[in-house]
Amino acid sequence: MLGNRGARARATDSGPASGMHLTTDVLIIGAGGAGMYAAIEAARRGATVLLIDRSLIGRSGGTVMAQMTVAVAVGEEAPDHWEHHLADTLAAGRGLCDPDLAQLLCEDGVECIREMDTWGVGWARANGHLSQVMAPGHDRPRCVYVDFLNTGPAVSRTLRTQVIRTPGIRRVGDLVVTDLVVKDSICTGAQAIHNATGAAVSITARATIIATGGLTRLYRRNSASANMGGDGYALALRAGAELIDMEFVQFFPIGHLAPRMIGMDPIMWDPFRYKLGGRLLNGAMEEFTHRYGATEGGKYVLTRDLATYAIIKEAAAGRGSPHGGAYLSFQHLSREVLKEAFGPVIDRIAKNGIDLTQQPIEVAPIAHYHMGGIQVDRAMRTSVEGLFAAGEAVGGANGANRLSGNAITEALAFGRVAGRSAAARVQATANASFNGAMPNRPSPGRAMRFNPAETLAQLQDVMQDDVGPFRTKAGLERALVAIRSMRAEVGDTMPQFAAGHDASRLDWLDLRSMLQVAETVAHAALLRTESRGAHQREDFPGMDDAWRINQTIRLDSADIAIARRPSLHQPAKP
Amino acid sequence: MSETVVLKIRRGGPGETPRTETHAVPFEPGQSVLDALRWVRVHTDPSLAIRYSCINANACKECMMQVDGKTVYACLARLEAREMRIEPLPNKALIRDLVTEIAPTDERLGSG
Repeated sequence: MLGNRGARARATDSGPASGMHLTTDVLIIGAGGAGMYAAIEAARRGATVLLIDRSLIGRSGGTVMAQMTVAVAVGEEAPDHWEHHLADTLAAGRGLCDPDLAQLLCEDGVECIREMDTWGVGWARANGHLSQVMAPGHDRPRCVYVDFLNTGPAVSRTLRTQVIRTPGIRRVGDLVVTDLVVKDSICTGAQAIHNATGAAVSITARATIIATGGLTRLYRRNSASANMGGDGYALALRAGAELIDMEFVQFFPIGHLAPRMIGMDPIMWDPFRYKLGGRLLNGAMEEFTHRYGATEGGKYVLTRDLATYAIIKEAAAGRGSPHGGAYLSFQHLSREVLKEAFGPVIDRIAKNGIDLTQQPIEVAPIAHYHMGGIQVDRAMRTSVEGLFAAGEAVGGANGANRLSGNAITEALAFGRVAGRSAAARVQATANASFNGAMPNRPSPGRAMRFNPAETLAQLQDVMQDDVGPFRTKAGLERALVAIRSMRAEVGDTMPQFAAGHDASRLDWLDLRSMLQVAETVAHAALLRTESRGAHQREDFPGMDDAWRINQTIRLDSADIAIARRPSLHQPAKP
Repeated sequence: MSETVVLKIRRGGPGETPRTETHAVPFEPGQSVLDALRWVRVHTDPSLAIRYSCINANACKECMMQVDGKTVYACLARLEAREMRIEPLPNKALIRDLVTEIAPTDERLGSG
């Protein structure tokens, strides 16, 4: 059969609890959209690839959960050019985008979407061309899709099939990377733990790509999978790479809050609200957004940041819905209109016992995407030789705010570039000697004396309450104190766990990464004394031109060090 | 008085004699079985092994297990204010507790 002929596995010992070693040209950490595209690209350029995931291959991460649309200037619905898409992307980024990365997203995205089409993803078509719809922030209909609420699964499935068909890619799930290995300033692979058996696994690679997605699991209310705790950022940081724009976490204003609904992504209401004019109401069933400067006037064009602000402020004033958000009502619409607009989705809503003609639902802001991430150049190279990044794990392309529809495009385009660059590095270093030896693992520490699942939930509360969409100096300082105290409790030496699968071990590893990453977000947010895009300071309202600056973060021994550099996106000279 | 769900969870690893643990979980209408299992991990026993990724979106298809003898996705199985029997898939190799080996054979460590 094809596939899985890539990396050469060599068990150094047959016992399941003892170590195992894998060797590959290219190691890819994370098998979402970016990781899978990178694997395909690296393998078809001749490299052997080891594609690993802490969960199952192609099932975790952001791509499979994407329900909406994919922005790309294929110009089939209306004439378009990637330069127009770039202009919209830069405008949304509020002056902080890395224009090179944004261009890569918009320009290479076109080829990736076309290639996905040849792989049979099934982009929706009408009148002999790809269907493209409008989305907020775009100047023309630009967003392709597969089917309502099914775009991400189709993208994931298509890439997975292609990964399996491409010779040279070995896929291994249930493998959790604990640290990258850096020798003489070169990344030479990774240390991992096999989740099912608890076995230590070392991996030697000439090129390593981090494709682990974002960090939205840091928040109590999020639209992320359980794997999006920012572990890739922590790996990069500890390996000596730099992060950028960590303070910019995108909140989605009307995430589903109540009644409890199963089998639906919490961000599902957005297109219906725009399409049908769903009404945002407070706990007394009154319109309220006008109190916060909005003039909806039946048009429902409230921007995301303003909607988020209004919902949070109304709830804080004691006028929220019972669960602390706002009501979203479609009760002014007839059953027929709702059925027409929602299609088969209305049946899934009904199965949850919700009749939209009779009742409103409750919504509240929810952490959705992270603009910041690992700093890379146009080739997806980090500042550490041999280490690359791709997808949401990369920071810089979207600046202070991501344009709707750009996340999947980014995953595909950056994945492809990273795969190409990794393969090129493998070729360029083919004759060079390579020190792939692995250091000894440190011996595990004492037994754990706290419930890591509980601590993790506490961290999510801290981030939600004090490092959420609206921030203050006092709140951010309170969060930093809490985070540092949790870090002291969690420690940096892996506790002793039972042999074999131990659910607490994964929690402990996640906590170690999440706390480190949470600190970078809170610290960067504290230093940025202005409000811009997704970073809103109540004590520093309004954008400050002097802050057209990106903050970068690296580790200085154990502490995070934050530096500033002028944004690469400067206004054109007159 | 709020209602309670009583979960009878079968636990243990490969080669061990399985045991059934009883966990009482506060009931909130509309919740899923996965919600209750996650509640147990946060509030009473973090060592309970479950496999899930997308949590709620019906996307990752990882949380397959048996509820009252029927194979379901835990994120889609509705929680009810009564006793519910939670067991791992019977026809897959047991990893621990409710986690079974559901990855395709060639995507497992040691398959290369």
